[in-house]
Amino acid sequence: MPAKVTEKDVERVAELAHLELTPDETGRMLRDLNAILDYVAELSELDTAGVAPLAQVSELSEAAGPSAPRPDKLETSLKRDAVMPQAPESDGAFFKVPKVIDR
Amino acid sequence: MASEPKTGERYVATPQTFAALRAEIAAGRTKACDLAASYYQRIEKINPQLNAYLSLSKDRALAQAERIDAMVAKGDPLPPLAGIPVGIKDVLVMRGAPATAGSRILQGYQPPYDCTAVARLEAAGAVLLGKLNCDEFAMGSSNENSAFGPVRNPVDPERVPGGSSGGSAAAVAANLAVATLGTDTGGSVRQPASFCGVVGVLPTYGRVSRYGLIAFASSLDRIGPFAANVRDAAAMLSVIAGHDPKDATSSPAPVPDYAAESDQPAAGLRIGVPAEYFGDGLDPEVGAAIERGITALQAAGCQLKPVSLPHTRYAVPTYYLVATAEASANLARFDGVRYGYRSPSSATLSDMYSHSRDEGFGAEVKRRILLGTYALSAGYYDAYYMKAQQVRRILAEEFLRAFAEVDAIVTPTSPFPAFKIGEKADDPLAMYLADIYTVTASLAGICGVSVPCGVTSAGLPVGMQVLASHLRESTAFRVARAVEEAQS
Repeated sequence: MPAKVTEKDVERVAELAHLELTPDETGRMLRDLNAILDYVAELSELDTAGVAPLAQVSELSEAAGPSAPRPDKLETSLKRDAVMPQAPESDGAFFKVPKVIDR
Repeated sequence: MASEPKTGERYVATPQTFAALRAEIAAGRTKACDLAASYYQRIEKINPQLNAYLSLSKDRALAQAERIDAMVAKGDPLPPLAGIPVGIKDVLVMRGAPATAGSRILQGYQPPYDCTAVARLEAAGAVLLGKLNCDEFAMGSSNENSAFGPVRNPVDPERVPGGSSGGSAAAVAANLAVATLGTDTGGSVRQPASFCGVVGVLPTYGRVSRYGLIAFASSLDRIGPFAANVRDAAAMLSVIAGHDPKDATSSPAPVPDYAAESDQPAAGLRIGVPAEYFGDGLDPEVGAAIERGITALQAAGCQLKPVSLPHTRYAVPTYYLVATAEASANLARFDGVRYGYRSPSSATLSDMYSHSRDEGFGAEVKRRILLGTYALSAGYYDAYYMKAQQVRRILAEEFLRAFAEVDAIVTPTSPFPAFKIGEKADDPLAMYLADIYTVTASLAGICGVSVPCGVTSAGLPVGMQVLASHLRESTAFRVARAVEEAQS
């Protein structure tokens, strides 16, 4: 498995995840991620060549399998006036956010 | 909000059984309204010490209790949980009630809909008392990761109640509810049940709809009941289980009367005992209590068989890769746009996302998002996420092979009893290893029950984990009943 995570890696991953870490947090996360990744590296001992990945247990047994898809017909969903008041900022029909592009 | 509990004080109290309460209510000797009010009084008195409830839904509870009392007065047939006061883990949404998931990032959120399991409990007559504390987004094994402070274990308030459904387990142990709902992704119902000395159920993946469960790891998340005894936990499961068009992974399999099926004696069942769950790291007192439980099963007429699950040691690393990868995707939705917390100090949209997430999420949630994002990122996907999914299949198939030979498998639920608050808080890896006996069943999608199985010399509860194959909940309940009966 890949080598040690660097501070740069932590910063890059934080950016991908839209997290902004303080320098303190970056140091702590660097230490923890390396400890955890060292531990999970045990998995590389196992030969998994030819083993199909399992993403959902419904593939495993008929017993645990899901139902057939529902019929494709229109159904009412939650009303806008029940949903929009939950937004930190909205005009009742649209979510308001800070400017995306400066010009 | 929690005041310091006095050292050595215990808050343990056993709720009445469903059957006893039902008889009282049906005969008109106890009014559902009075029962709910008495629970609120007890919560008011004891919750400040335990911090189990985050919010109370008194109006809704009392309206439901009045409906039940009106039905009794008219002589109408009563639904199965008529008047039973229950609590709900705060990762399950209730219309109009605050939903925090133990996080600051959902500040102010009051969902406009009900979780299917919660709606089914209410339709079955249960009285919804309020929302229960938990680790933030159900990520943790001690309840110390809640943004609203840790829950304290009613058996010993200096100790953790387990996690992530710590509030749900503590509420039943302290009789702040007759039964509760929790969620289990890697052990979050079973482990706190064992730490608090109550029964906790992990239903088969797909048995209970996940609609209205704030997602952590969607291929692993399950809703499960807590109760003071196996029969009542089984009765709760019959109410919440079953197909739901709102969850495409929910199973269409018919729902048995689990309580009635749990009455079947366990005699004749083949019980597997895997050596891999009794090795290094198992507290000797926990091991001895489980051995006594196994002896009791033999005395009850079960047939013991050694089984081998040699890949067990790979389960925790596999779990933490799969769960964090899924979490990093699921938690991307918390961005300050549609609900919850938005950082006030952002000039651009991009800043608003990252400031809101940075200020809203706690350290463990950030750690898991980072780990999951890393495991999914270009160049590492095959080595981590793909590898973990391959090992997941090996682990699941190993269980299914074992279940060709035995009806149930018994293990300790946790390698140790409840630990002190703060003891593992600075070492995420040590905390992850608390899940060593529970995560494999999570990865395999099979069902299980944690049932009280004795105490340590310090009086701390020990839980036995009874596992059974997909949709074999009744088998797990029967075995758990035999263990339970041996305790009294």
